[in-house]
Amino acid sequence: MTNLFEKIQDRFGTQVNNCSLGKDNTVTLEMSTANLLSICHALHDDEPFKFDQLIDLAGVDYLTYGQTQWRTEETTASGFSRGAKLAPDEQIINWDKPRFGAVYQLLSTSYNQRLRLKVLVDGDPPLIPSVYQVWNSADWYEREAFDLYGIIFDGHPDLRRLLTDYGFIGHPFRKDFPLIGEVELRYDAAQQRCVYEPVSIQQRVLVPKVIRKDSRYLSEEA
Amino acid sequence: MTDVRNYTFNFGPQHPAAHGVLRLITEVDGEVIQRIDPHVGLLHRATEKLAESKPYNQSIGYMDRLDYVSMMMNEHAYVLAIEKLLKIEAPKRAQYIRVMFDEITRILNHLLWLGCHALDVGAMTVFLYAFREREDLMDCYEAVSGTRMHATYYRPGGVYRDLPNSMPKYKSSRWSSDKRTQSRNKARDGTLLDFIWDFTDRFPGLIDEYENLLTNNRIWKQRTVDIGVVSAERALNLGFTGPMLRGSGVAWDLRKKQPYEVYNELDFDIPIGKNGDCYDRYLVRVEEMRQSTRIVRQCIEWLRHNPGPVILDDYKVVPPTREMMKRDMESMIHHFKLFTEGYVIPEGEAYAAIEHSKGEFGIYMVSDGANKPYRVKIRAASYPVLAALNELAKGHMIADLVAIISTIDVVFGEVDR
Repeated sequence: MTNLFEKIQDRFGTQVNNCSLGKDNTVTLEMSTANLLSICHALHDDEPFKFDQLIDLAGVDYLTYGQTQWRTEETTASGFSRGAKLAPDEQIINWDKPRFGAVYQLLSTSYNQRLRLKVLVDGDPPLIPSVYQVWNSADWYEREAFDLYGIIFDGHPDLRRLLTDYGFIGHPFRKDFPLIGEVELRYDAAQQRCVYEPVSIQQRVLVPKVIRKDSRYLSEEA
Repeated sequence: MTDVRNYTFNFGPQHPAAHGVLRLITEVDGEVIQRIDPHVGLLHRATEKLAESKPYNQSIGYMDRLDYVSMMMNEHAYVLAIEKLLKIEAPKRAQYIRVMFDEITRILNHLLWLGCHALDVGAMTVFLYAFREREDLMDCYEAVSGTRMHATYYRPGGVYRDLPNSMPKYKSSRWSSDKRTQSRNKARDGTLLDFIWDFTDRFPGLIDEYENLLTNNRIWKQRTVDIGVVSAERALNLGFTGPMLRGSGVAWDLRKKQPYEVYNELDFDIPIGKNGDCYDRYLVRVEEMRQSTRIVRQCIEWLRHNPGPVILDDYKVVPPTREMMKRDMESMIHHFKLFTEGYVIPEGEAYAAIEHSKGEFGIYMVSDGANKPYRVKIRAASYPVLAALNELAKGHMIADLVAIISTIDVVFGEVDR
């Protein structure tokens, strides 16, 4: 793996923003949208990379990254609220990179190695070039990321919604889209058809999100 | 002469051969398929978003419900991702138990696939045979986890509990005489391992039964040979994994190539096909069942001789036993924290993949240091294969479409997520 790390740095060192080893010892490349396609072509075609499979493509929305719903460092006079009333979200880790991202997991069956590519973009709608021409498996992965995150993959032959309902509005996996959704569907006997209505349930947080500085991992991070 | 145009029709979403809720917009010229546009997402439950809203351990149960015919394998990838992020490793015995149940699950999955595939193509008997054997394996699930399907048995740091020393037995009733009940309980006198051992003794002979019905069957061959052919190169480019890739002659199996748990200590072979058609994929899967039986037997032998812990005693991640909780204040606190808040995972990201019965099943997990995952992405094995349905089915007859859908081994729990 370290071998691949050096080879990648030698070859693409100037074109990528960041090259690191993830927690799973996978080499992770961060790059701008401008370089994505040329790097992907090189990774697919050239020795000693030959990444012949795009295993996965994940959209990510970093809107609430590092935000906590519950203070853990200091107590107030009244003690913890037990999460019944949520404190306004507090930023623990600052995210100064763009909001949206696409994460590609590559696999080379000839050299038995994995690689992760990361592209971070801002903008509304966020725009990323499609890698469909390099790996055809990108077809549904990109459609899914478009559907759920609203990322537009430039050059995709058939970018339509995939998983959500026909006529769905919004991009449900964005962090500002409520978990309970916006509308609910029921059959109206009077009108004899299905009708959409605003959701009638209230969102509840059973366990608030808590970020703790765990002493066991602090030495490792420092 | 009238102008004959292509005809478009709707297949599914409620169709017995659609294996769930699959809607296909199918364009045909006579009986020949010109274009297929699969519409999926009718079973979309936003599992990934739900997982982001709850502590790590509470989502293990959701993983069972992804590919609901290979339940424990889904859990496996999920707990592996957590273990990678926490940098912990399950005890050896837990790893053997996981591998054993992964392979039991593979047999469960392939049996269902074989039965349904045969049923789709027109052979009823295999379906009944396959479900007879599935029943025994479901009993193993039940013995170890309490449920027949959605086990929630794997936990970060090990498995929930050790293998039981006895198997539940049938009782005689008005419908089952004493004598018959006795014969049904024959294999159930010993431990769970004895029961599985007895199954692995019988199972190769049972696979021969299925093969007798199918492998050289003229009708079966007519329906599967040269149907849905995909070349090795295309299979790789389209993101195929598992039997779909091996059927095309690529010897790629994560259990061999990137061994996880104890697969590197076990002896088994990887079958591959040659032509990449439905028939080869059938042969590959049948052989995989035989190989899984081999792996299970090796696991049983190891597990019989090596007692030990099945889960870590790191109480920051693993809840202490009930007994300890009652007499030890520290354990009480750990228990309370784990079940009210869960554990936090340090900031980072990891991708964990396993060789699922359908191919590579992976979990990409991003943590921002909280008690809930920031992002969970599930890589389902049959998802890219279904995406390539158009390419697989183009030029085939409508009747072959059914064979092609079932050869994919598609389960909508994991495609739609």
